[in-house]
Amino acid sequence: MHPFEYVRATSVDEAIAALAKHGERARPLAGGTDVLVMARAGRWELDALVDIKHIPETNVLELGSSEFRLGSAVACYRVYEDEQVAAKFPGLVDSASIIGGVQIQSRAGLGGNLCNASPSGDGICPLIVHTTTCVIAGPNGTREVAAEDFCTGPGRSVLEDGEFLIEMKMPMPQKGFGAAYERFTPRNEMDIAVAGVASSVQLDGDTIVSARVALAAVGPTPILSSAGDFLAGKEATAENISAAAQAASGDASPISDMRGTAEQRIHLVGVLTRRTLERAVERARENN
Amino acid sequence: MTIETTKGKYNVIGTRPIRHDGYDKVTGRAIYGADIKLPGLLQGAVLRSPHAHARIKSIDTSAAKALIGVSAVITSADFPGAQDTLIDLGEGAINFRYASNNVMAGDKVLYKGQPVAAVAALDKNTALEAAALIKVDYEILKPVSTVMEALKQGAPIVLEDLEGQDLGEKIDGQTNQANHIRHEFGDVEKGFAEADIVIEREFDTAMVHQGYIEPHNATATWDEEGRVTIWTSTQGSFPTRRQTAGILRLPDSSVKVIPLEIGGGFGGKIPSYLEPVAAILSRETGRPVKLLMERTSVFESTGPTPGTWMSAKVGVKNDGTITAATADLRFDAGAYPGSPVGAGMMCVFSCYDIPNTRIDGYDVVVNKPKTAAYRAPGATQAAYAMETVVDEICEKLGMDPLEFRIKNAAKEGTRRADGPIHPIIGAVETHEAAKASDHWNTPLEKNGPDGKLRGRGIASGYWFNIGLKSAVTISVNEDGTVALTEGSTDIGGSRASIAMMAAEVLGITAEEVRPHVADSEGIGYTDVTGGSRTTYATGYAAHDAAQDVVVQLRERAAKLWDVEVDEIEFANGSYQSKSDPELRLSHKELASKLGSTGGPVVGSASVDPEGAGGAYSTQICDIEIDPETGKTDVIRYTIVQDVGTAIHPAYVEGQMQGAVAQGIGWALNEEYFLNDDGAMVNSSFLDYRMPTSLDLPEIETIIVEVPNPGHPFGVRGVGEVPIVPPVATVANAIHDALGIRLRTTPMNAGSILSALKAKK
Repeated sequence: MHPFEYVRATSVDEAIAALAKHGERARPLAGGTDVLVMARAGRWELDALVDIKHIPETNVLELGSSEFRLGSAVACYRVYEDEQVAAKFPGLVDSASIIGGVQIQSRAGLGGNLCNASPSGDGICPLIVHTTTCVIAGPNGTREVAAEDFCTGPGRSVLEDGEFLIEMKMPMPQKGFGAAYERFTPRNEMDIAVAGVASSVQLDGDTIVSARVALAAVGPTPILSSAGDFLAGKEATAENISAAAQAASGDASPISDMRGTAEQRIHLVGVLTRRTLERAVERARENN
Repeated sequence: MTIETTKGKYNVIGTRPIRHDGYDKVTGRAIYGADIKLPGLLQGAVLRSPHAHARIKSIDTSAAKALIGVSAVITSADFPGAQDTLIDLGEGAINFRYASNNVMAGDKVLYKGQPVAAVAALDKNTALEAAALIKVDYEILKPVSTVMEALKQGAPIVLEDLEGQDLGEKIDGQTNQANHIRHEFGDVEKGFAEADIVIEREFDTAMVHQGYIEPHNATATWDEEGRVTIWTSTQGSFPTRRQTAGILRLPDSSVKVIPLEIGGGFGGKIPSYLEPVAAILSRETGRPVKLLMERTSVFESTGPTPGTWMSAKVGVKNDGTITAATADLRFDAGAYPGSPVGAGMMCVFSCYDIPNTRIDGYDVVVNKPKTAAYRAPGATQAAYAMETVVDEICEKLGMDPLEFRIKNAAKEGTRRADGPIHPIIGAVETHEAAKASDHWNTPLEKNGPDGKLRGRGIASGYWFNIGLKSAVTISVNEDGTVALTEGSTDIGGSRASIAMMAAEVLGITAEEVRPHVADSEGIGYTDVTGGSRTTYATGYAAHDAAQDVVVQLRERAAKLWDVEVDEIEFANGSYQSKSDPELRLSHKELASKLGSTGGPVVGSASVDPEGAGGAYSTQICDIEIDPETGKTDVIRYTIVQDVGTAIHPAYVEGQMQGAVAQGIGWALNEEYFLNDDGAMVNSSFLDYRMPTSLDLPEIETIIVEVPNPGHPFGVRGVGEVPIVPPVATVANAIHDALGIRLRTTPMNAGSILSALKAKK
């Protein structure tokens, strides 16, 4: 590892300038729980780390009337320790409270988890099922990308040189909305998902008005499954949820590796889809 | 629960004082290898093979040497070429030439991670950068990763010059079979013919690592007189001296080893990896050089315990009497010969009294790191085979598995299948204590929450323990305290237990003994901290050294009072005249008079005791499995163990609990996961899944004390036997929960799902 520059940006423009200067040899730094580990492991040549967590816009945690704004540098603990946020977004809490241990959660945030673009990232699928819009700043101004379109491959995202994620926006949950995330890991904590599923439903009585299901660790990127569309307009019955779980399994395209076989992962996607849909429905019913 | 057979017998033994190194450890003051700083210290880096099997065609170090800040770059050409001699390290033996190639590859690399070159530079980053500039031209060869593949005709040959042996005969031509040995007793064919039930099963187990937290480290100086000094984390200063000297072709006396505190070893810190490399770098630079290993290299390049293929066959009569048993244990040694298959053979049937036995053992080289000792090396694998077959037999017989074990238990006088006759042992007492335990007598509700299923398993294990050499000196201070110097590096609280034995003899408190682990020039030859020998043998030496002090203090008292030595008796911590009750001094009072009665008193002892006495453990495990995901949680675990005498019960319990924790990880998740090129791909604590505290229940301990007549305080080794039964115990619990028998480790969620699917 070479000596590298550390830039403590205090404004969006300052960060963009520093990132643009070093191109692909610069990395934004928020919690640092991935970026520092990878830099040490020599994953890429590093000339500059641009610390974005002292920029006011990346620290926003704001529940508006129609929109929730989550800054890209907000650490996980702020999500689950904020009672109002935790009450409205239990699906986010599901993931924020299992990313690493307490020490990691005090530094790492959902924004960094998204930018790390790991197919197994626990934070990404819950963002997808909350219909999150990602706000990206760059030399040519800001642009918005849907969370499900953010990752383009393992460790790769839509971020261009000089760009970084400022914040994530998601619609405020309405009555009858519920979401949940569950992953399978061999250990109880401090582990990486063999497979993970996030689900959300908007209920009207017993009818699922709309649903979203996203799959982790079963493809090169997190996958927005067809199971959500399948459920739209259907009753929230065990039979329909089972069929949706089967659809989700069909959308998974996992590999076999040291963490699990493809067959095991496809099976787990079915189990986890059913379980998270059931929990999302349960939470939707409580949220009335 | 403790069966207090030592209760009231001792003053210090059996109590739980704070360990002497406790404050240093919990405050971070203790000095470990990574803490070493010396004037002019250079930092080293090791370049390792990315291939599991390749011939080294050339190494170009010119670019690395040209980098500013680089002081030396070395390859195997800079090593003296060690001799082809076999050397015993206490737990396992090595050949110096192979050991030399293992620390720096010669013409071939035999596993991913094998060192091929090393650098010393002004700082770590420069050293790493230089290592990356070294160009190695490899001819990649096909690797062979498992025992059964390696034994096939036409398999890739790992060591071209290996002289294989088969039942004492030299094998013609090239082979990966380093050895095949056999223990045979009675008539197994006749024994199986007498049996009503015969069960034979085959097993595959994955290679696993000890998983100590502290990575290997070494700092070395090579001085102008050709003397080498090593600071390192080791399980034995003297075996490290031996290996380093052998690889460097120096006399042992030219190498001094200073042991630092050790952050775990479990057998894995007996072999030397970095010490000779740091020494050669120091020779080349004239400065001290420090090498620290990264976690990836610890996994890829330091001794795991073998993966195996095994079969076990057991015959019983309908009344539950075992009539015959055979086992075939095939262990992968890693890249060089020397797997612990011999130890596995010594243990596989040793819980039982079996009239007819045959045990075959194969030591086979493969393209994986050279295996090292790991806590009861070889016995856990062997017990997995035997104890799960026994469970199946008990199921067939409809017999309580503890009653079966009691009925067939080895006892004093039973001939062990490999020859020795058991001395006084506690197999039956251990089973009886398990039978009386709260755990065994609390029924398990088979249905858990959310559709989870529960099961209970039981298994037993044996480990023979070893004695070997230890030396201790004790110096009496004028304030009555004593300084105890020993050569056993302290992994598990041995300073405390050794000090306690000296205190018991001297009639003082544990705190009044200050134990000190000396370097290889500060104490007589002492073997490794391993083989469950330290509390036994070094404790034996401490007992004898303390007795030597007592003899000398009696002489001082005699001199003081001008009476015959025979007149002085030592009782209850006091020296007194037999005839004149007025003449009486406590240890402390007498110590204050040493200066005026002839100067310091130093007691010493050197021992090589042979009565280590075997140890037994029986374990009970309750698990809960989610049949939809295969996730297994251990919800209750009890370990029962005969420890002879528990010197410091808290550290005995710690050994028992720690071993079970490791065994549960071995059973459920741990494995060397290799890719198609034979390279380990899960070499991190994230993907090499050892259990965390959140994956384990409180492990309940039941100490059984059947004192060992081969030790003055009845000590048996306690560190190893507790890891023998866990893998089998968990397997038997999985069967009880789901009705499936898993004969491959790890028994992870994926294999449970596959087995459940196959069952349907």
